[in-house]
Amino acid sequence: MTPNTSPYLSPNKMLNWSKKNLFSSWVNTIMTVIALIFLYEVGTFFLNWAIFKADFINNFRGETITDRTFCSKNIEVGQHGACWAIIFVRFHQFMYGFYPVEEAWRVNLVYAFLPFALIGVLFDKLPLRRVFLYFTFAFPFIAYFMLYGGPGLSVVATNKWGGLLVTLFLGVTGIAMAFPLSILLALGRRSNMPIVKSICVVFIEFIRGVPLITLLFTANVMLPLFLPEGVKPDNLLRALVAVTLFQSAYMAEAIRGGLQAIPKGQIEAAQSLGLNYWQTTRKIILPQALKIAIPPIVNTCIGLFKDTSLVLIIGLFDLLGIGRAALSDITWTKLYYEVYVFVSLIFFIFCFGMSRYSLYLEKKLKTDNS
Amino acid sequence: MTIIKTLFASMILTLGLATANAGTLDVVKERGNLICGSNTGLAGFGNPNDAGVWEGIDVDVCRAVAAAVFGDASKVEYVPLTSKVRFTSLQSGEVDMLSRNTTWTLQRDVELGLEFVGVNYYDGQGFMVRKDLGVSSATELDGASVCIQVGTTTEMNLADYFSANGMSYESIPVETNAEADAAYLAGRCDIYTTDASGLYASRAGYPDPSAHVVLPEIVSKEPLGPSVRGNDSEWADVVRWSLNAMIIAEEKGITSGNVDDMIANSPDPETQRLLGVKAGYGAWLGLSDDWAANIIRQVGNYSESFEKHIGVNTSINIARGLNALYKDGGILYAPPFR
Repeated sequence: MTPNTSPYLSPNKMLNWSKKNLFSSWVNTIMTVIALIFLYEVGTFFLNWAIFKADFINNFRGETITDRTFCSKNIEVGQHGACWAIIFVRFHQFMYGFYPVEEAWRVNLVYAFLPFALIGVLFDKLPLRRVFLYFTFAFPFIAYFMLYGGPGLSVVATNKWGGLLVTLFLGVTGIAMAFPLSILLALGRRSNMPIVKSICVVFIEFIRGVPLITLLFTANVMLPLFLPEGVKPDNLLRALVAVTLFQSAYMAEAIRGGLQAIPKGQIEAAQSLGLNYWQTTRKIILPQALKIAIPPIVNTCIGLFKDTSLVLIIGLFDLLGIGRAALSDITWTKLYYEVYVFVSLIFFIFCFGMSRYSLYLEKKLKTDNS
Repeated sequence: MTIIKTLFASMILTLGLATANAGTLDVVKERGNLICGSNTGLAGFGNPNDAGVWEGIDVDVCRAVAAAVFGDASKVEYVPLTSKVRFTSLQSGEVDMLSRNTTWTLQRDVELGLEFVGVNYYDGQGFMVRKDLGVSSATELDGASVCIQVGTTTEMNLADYFSANGMSYESIPVETNAEADAAYLAGRCDIYTTDASGLYASRAGYPDPSAHVVLPEIVSKEPLGPSVRGNDSEWADVVRWSLNAMIIAEEKGITSGNVDDMIANSPDPETQRLLGVKAGYGAWLGLSDDWAANIIRQVGNYSESFEKHIGVNTSINIARGLNALYKDGGILYAPPFR
């Protein structure tokens, strides 16, 4: 570190950097050139396909696209790119499923306030954080009332929900409910009390031993057979329970990893100060353990968010399911790339967001000098 | 041991209770809508359109039953079911009926405790080839490569058919319909085989549908029809006769357009019975006398439903074939309405 090093990128510095990293030897130079050509080819191809040569609402003749045959690429084969009209025409379904069009504002409102509910939990330096936290605790009830309905709002049964709504509902609620459960499970598994310990071990190992699809099946298909007639828990709710149990078992193992990394001396030190079990756990153990466990926790969260698309097999249309239904419609069939690119883009936005947040959190919580 | 026995006994008991579901018609009437198990999306048979409304000939059976029971074809709640969960969903009472391109087989009818109430589409496994191959019959396919979905009955039917005709083939295994389309279009195989209706639906989405031909040979029987739980014959009758009413309506030339005219003017006794001009027939089913008239008015007769969703004027482009009325050379045949 020389004192006159500018923290900003200067052209000179970039040149130096690329000399050092990209063109250090002739092998590296060739590799760099090949990589650049490859990136250029793929990049231009994709951009042309996705944007410059693509149809959005109208085709190249200026007609509004109402079905597949109006797509420019189906009129002049090979001349045109993506036909995004399928996304625009079915946008409502992608976002809300079969939620009534005139009630969609309720979902929009929930989407709009979701960030405000999360922000208080995610960032601790936030001004007025306390207010945001109150809102966070109130949000599930508000969201439930807005989405499902109740006094003053018409009821929209959950079988009308779909698309991003179902994906987010299962993902966010599943993660939020699994988190406290998984901490208890992880602590329970490390407990000295044999019954608590064995219950937790059996639960975790059982859930981790079966695929999520099996749990969903059980919740969807087996459960009604064992319940008395007339008692039919909501389909979405059953999926949510399955997803939460699954996630809590995996997250518990991630957290247990963090717990095990805490040296025993910490606990002994806390006990010698006169702290009881819960005080020790809350003030000494968990803050450190959770910090260590952040990467695996986020891993399981991202995994879960993507796993929500499995609910299609029990008849819930999540984002991917809605996409598949759109493709099965004869008016739009065979626009695979458009639908899958769009769906993966949305999944990417959420998963990448989670991943960046975990990086931020790791940096912020990094206190040691290692 | 006793504990296990008790547990087991109570399990059986609960199962019995859950499936002892007599009186579906009353349950449906009280609930105010019909819960119909539909496909998760199969073009022409059952899938949501751009406005989120379900469409297709399987969906039309659900709509017909709703029209018969409530006089309103829109009072249906669709539960999309994959082929894996369809039967358990019906057995557990999640849905009142199943109408999602399901083949009627002995095992399903008897062992699974279902009741198939009729056939709304006679399907069968077929072959599709590129037209420029110049093949006009499946018997000319010796040595061809075949794209086939693994683990399906079509795979076994294919092996049977080729060995019965002393021919050989090279199988190109694929997982899904979409994959099969891609492989076939890329020329990785000469033949694509699956249920004929599926071939037509796939072909409709190809860049140049007219360059592909579905061969006339059908190598398996796949009668697709709606089904209900096996212990409720009253409800089975309602669904069966809702479908029959659509078929009889076509036989008698009654359409959604002329149904009111027929009610007023038709001299034909069977038409009069069907449309409730002669009273008393609806009561046998626990329905109002105009139940069939409602079906025809709101859903149409079988031919209207067929032509609207999968007929030759749609992009799926299926000829009536086996699904024509018995008097037009097909095998569609409803018992007399009397």
